[in-house]
Formats: sequence, structure tokens, C-alpha cells
Amino acid sequence: MERALFLIFALTAVVAALNVLLRRHPLHSALALLVVLGAITGLYVLLGAYFLAMIQVVIYAGAILVLFLFVIMLLNLRAEEARLERRPLFRWLAVPFALLLGAETFYLVRTFKENPIPSGTSVGLTEAVGRELFTTYLLPFEVTSLLILIALLGAVVLARRG
Amino acid sequence: MTTIPISWYLAVAAVLFTIGTVTVFVKRNAIVMLLGIELMLNAANLTAVTFSSYFRELGGQILVFFVMVVAAAEAAVGLAIIILLFRHRETLNVDEAQLLKL
Repeated sequence: MERALFLIFALTAVVAALNVLLRRHPLHSALALLVVLGAITGLYVLLGAYFLAMIQVVIYAGAILVLFLFVIMLLNLRAEEARLERRPLFRWLAVPFALLLGAETFYLVRTFKENPIPSGTSVGLTEAVGRELFTTYLLPFEVTSLLILIALLGAVVLARRG
Repeated sequence: MTTIPISWYLAVAAVLFTIGTVTVFVKRNAIVMLLGIELMLNAANLTAVTFSSYFRELGGQILVFFVMVVAAAEAAVGLAIIILLFRHRETLNVDEAQLLKL
């Protein structure tokens, strides 16, 4: 059961990621990325990281990707999307990457074959993550608020100068 | 209950990261390149969560939280820059945007 769920989520993620790469229109790529994020959410649930699964849906699928879709629709790209593909030389870069990926996967499967992830042990409950965030990682957590503020100001300054 | 080997998760993350890297290299559309970067970030997140759950340590999941925050900031600023680029150059092709000065 668990393995079947894993296979479904993994295959969905990989096929949708290939769609991100192969689609010509940016809108289709963004929607395919949405499917990838959903499948990864399923993998997080299988891994017991429930808080991160929730955050993934809320922040990634709910905020970041909607921002992408909004920008794509705002710019209204129609005439130029076809001619952005002319770079045949770079396509051959995929070959060394594929070889590297094959070697990496082979190494992983050989090294970690007998190491199953213990199921049913959830360390990623919201209370545990929150307690860790507000004790051990309090300073980085506060610094992220500063980072978000700076990003917000930067976006506003960039947008109003035009 | 059956358990899933750690290598399966790591292999999925490796595949996703490679597809993201190839997207950044092959595509010339600035928005799609940002999407490829998001794909790579997600693959790295998946690896962190896998090891976090394997070693039963929370550090990996905290790291993923921070990565998500940085990704949100990056998307906001990056898309603002892309809109500005499109306003001035009427294109999203990164090859035609060679100058820092708009």
C-alpha cells in the first residue's frame, strides 16, 4: 500500500517535471509545476513531515505559483513564445546530465539498498517543528522576517520605477 | 507494514533536480528558467526531508522551511525584475538582455 502510493506520487512528479521542461508555453509549464508540487506534498506525507506538506500547499502552490501564473498572464506572451527555443547546442547538455543521473541513481541504489525509512514515525508534527523553530532556531527565524521585508521593499521599488 | 528504501526517495529527488537543471540550461524564457530553479529547490527539499525522516532529526525539516521562505522572496524579486525587463525590452529572452542597464 505504502509502496503503491510512493510509486504513484513519484511517477506523477517525474512525468509532470518532464512536462515543465517540454511544454512550449510558460503557462503550461507553470501548471505542470503545480502538479509536481502536489506530488511532492504526497511524498512529504509519506515521510511523516505533515507540517511541511501543509506549508508546501499553502506557500508553494498557493502563493509562489499563483504569482508566477499572474505574471505570465499579465505579460500576455503570445507572439514570442515560439522563437525562444532556438538553442540547439544546449540541448546536447542533456546527455552528460543523463549519464550523471544514471551513475548517481546506480550509486544510491547500491549504497542504500538495505536502509528502509521507518514508517509510522512522524517527527514532523506541527508542534515539534514549532518548538524547534522558536527555541534552537529563533535567530534565523527572526532573520527570515527581515529577509521577507527586504524582498517586499525591493519588489515595490522595482515596480514603481518603471 | 512495508517500508520504503531511502534510495527510492533520493532517486526521485535526483531525477527532479536533473530535470530542473536541464530546464535552466535549455530554455531561454526567463520565467521558465525560474520555474526550473523552483524545481531544483523542491528536489533539494525532498532530499532534506528524506534524511530528516531517516535519521529522525528535525534539522532537515527546519532547513526546508527556510528554503521555502527564501524561495518566496526570490520569486517576488525575480518576477518584479522580469516585469521590468519586459517593459523595457519587450522580450523575455535572456540572450537579448545582456546589459545590466535597462
